[in-house]
Amino acid sequence: MRREILFELSSPYRDDFRIRGYQFGKGEKAVCIVGATRGNEIQQVYIAGQLVKRLRALEQEGRVSDGKSVMVVPSLNPFSMNIGKRFWAQDNTDINRMFPGYNLGETTQRIAAGVFEKIKDYQIGIQFASFYISGDFIPHVRMMKTGLENVEMAKEFALPYVVVRDPRPFDTTTLNYNWQIWDTAAFSVYARDTEKMDMEAAELTIESVLTFLGKQKVITYEPTQTAESVVVEEDDLFNIKTPKAGLFRPLVTVGETVAVGQPMAEVIDPYEGEVIEVLKAGQEGTVFFIQDAPFILEKTLAFKMMK
Amino acid sequence: MIKEIAKVELPFDETLTIKKHRLQPETVSGKEKRISIVTGIHGDELEGQYVCYELSRRIHAERDMLTGIVDIYPAMNPLGVDSITRGIPMFDLDMNRIFPGNKEGSMAEYVAAEAVSDLAGSDLCIDIHASNIYLKELTQVRISEMTAKELVPIARRLNVDYIWVHQAATVLESTLAHSLNSIGTKTLVVEMGVGMRITKEIGNQLVDGILVVMKDLGIWNGEVITPRTPIESEDGNVHFLNAAASGMFLPATAHCKEVKNGELVGEIVDPLSGKVLQKVYSPCDGLVFTLREFPVVYEGSLVGRILAR
Repeated sequence: MRREILFELSSPYRDDFRIRGYQFGKGEKAVCIVGATRGNEIQQVYIAGQLVKRLRALEQEGRVSDGKSVMVVPSLNPFSMNIGKRFWAQDNTDINRMFPGYNLGETTQRIAAGVFEKIKDYQIGIQFASFYISGDFIPHVRMMKTGLENVEMAKEFALPYVVVRDPRPFDTTTLNYNWQIWDTAAFSVYARDTEKMDMEAAELTIESVLTFLGKQKVITYEPTQTAESVVVEEDDLFNIKTPKAGLFRPLVTVGETVAVGQPMAEVIDPYEGEVIEVLKAGQEGTVFFIQDAPFILEKTLAFKMMK
Repeated sequence: MIKEIAKVELPFDETLTIKKHRLQPETVSGKEKRISIVTGIHGDELEGQYVCYELSRRIHAERDMLTGIVDIYPAMNPLGVDSITRGIPMFDLDMNRIFPGNKEGSMAEYVAAEAVSDLAGSDLCIDIHASNIYLKELTQVRISEMTAKELVPIARRLNVDYIWVHQAATVLESTLAHSLNSIGTKTLVVEMGVGMRITKEIGNQLVDGILVVMKDLGIWNGEVITPRTPIESEDGNVHFLNAAASGMFLPATAHCKEVKNGELVGEIVDPLSGKVLQKVYSPCDGLVFTLREFPVVYEGSLVGRILAR
């Protein structure tokens, strides 16, 4: 394992800002794995760190293939992690909305440009992503339809689902989108949680990534994941929103199949304690996402469901 | 009259309401032209609040002169304005990246969609921004090159100092202005002043211009000023000054001042060592139309923009 500083920036009042990369094997740039891009992506940095540990052991056993190199970048934003912010510590801009970056531009454009220069030439890019609403997802691989997406390769993570969706204008400045434009096969992996560590989902994700690397012949690894991925269009997921605001108590878990009319969550009046709304399944489906904030606004996404 | 365009119940005994103030003649025929004044998409930008107040005050003072409809939306992101939050609190979202929204989407997308529905069909919409807390801006209209032909002639009447025609960018397709322009509702984006502050002079300057445009549209019959002639430029004339060091930026020139090629614009200093880390010089003769207001800078932070003469 070789440690490398991919990008460095001095700060007026803090330690230097550093983005670290961990390199395994030597040879063509096969796979780059990026953990957290935001300061609250704890599950994402945890998984990346555990992958560093696993790859280090595999490398010591001679199981990283000759002529292949793998890079893991656990966090693009350690400054925000240290002060509990999601976005860039000073100006609240989102590094994952700055790609491909601009090395003469503003600070987060420079960070994006500096790190992208180091990771853009890999054949495969894997990013552990998070959603803008706090919640739990079924572990899955997500990719944007740029015309360059490789759905068949995504199935080799052997996660239960691969979700494909049309990019929206603001997606064009994300790491995933720009990796694809620069000819990297890019995959966003959702590992259920964001702001806390979910060990079970983390272990599943780690095994999926190692299984994937094994299938790509980047490492020698007996697949531990065997799921046949189902490809789902984002538009085929349907949303269940809350008609009332209040405390939110889910009654189902992600991955659960619910029947028509089954109660899925209660909304409780926070002052009087009464259940003021019971969210029920309008049709049969599998729970793909649950928002996990303790309270919820009216007209807010509570569940994403798969038919 | 005050109208509600979107309402969302919050968990703890509060309702989020997006409101507008409609001003119109005593009797309406249904054929009146309509101008919409929008601000407060970014909660830390307050210059537009004064414009809303002052425009309303002047119209009320000469109510008989009003011959069309004026819709004033002071706070598209009321939770943000109230809590000094640029984005939408609870979602950490930039509201100006979610238009045109989605009525079936989450709260933020729903509010954006209702706003677009309500604004659609205006004869002109003016979306007022106030830079951010970091930079002070000359009063200007920013127009994408895609809509320049149609919008620049209107912007010239708005009594601003500068019209900046910039390249189209895919990411800007999620803005309110792009969403409205793409459905045929002409929309101008004004940038002025600095975040978290109100500067009455420039607010009055813009209100003077809005009344000119209202008169052009047949919405206002009162006396108006002769608008100033703005500088017009495209991207190539604008030079960006980004910090090469991290420290404290101390300006050596004033905002809106003409500088010579090689003239000192400011210094970046280190309070701990007492050293000057960088001297920032102007790369051309020109106008300092953007100047750093918030002093702490990182390498890359924008400290100014010069419009080359």
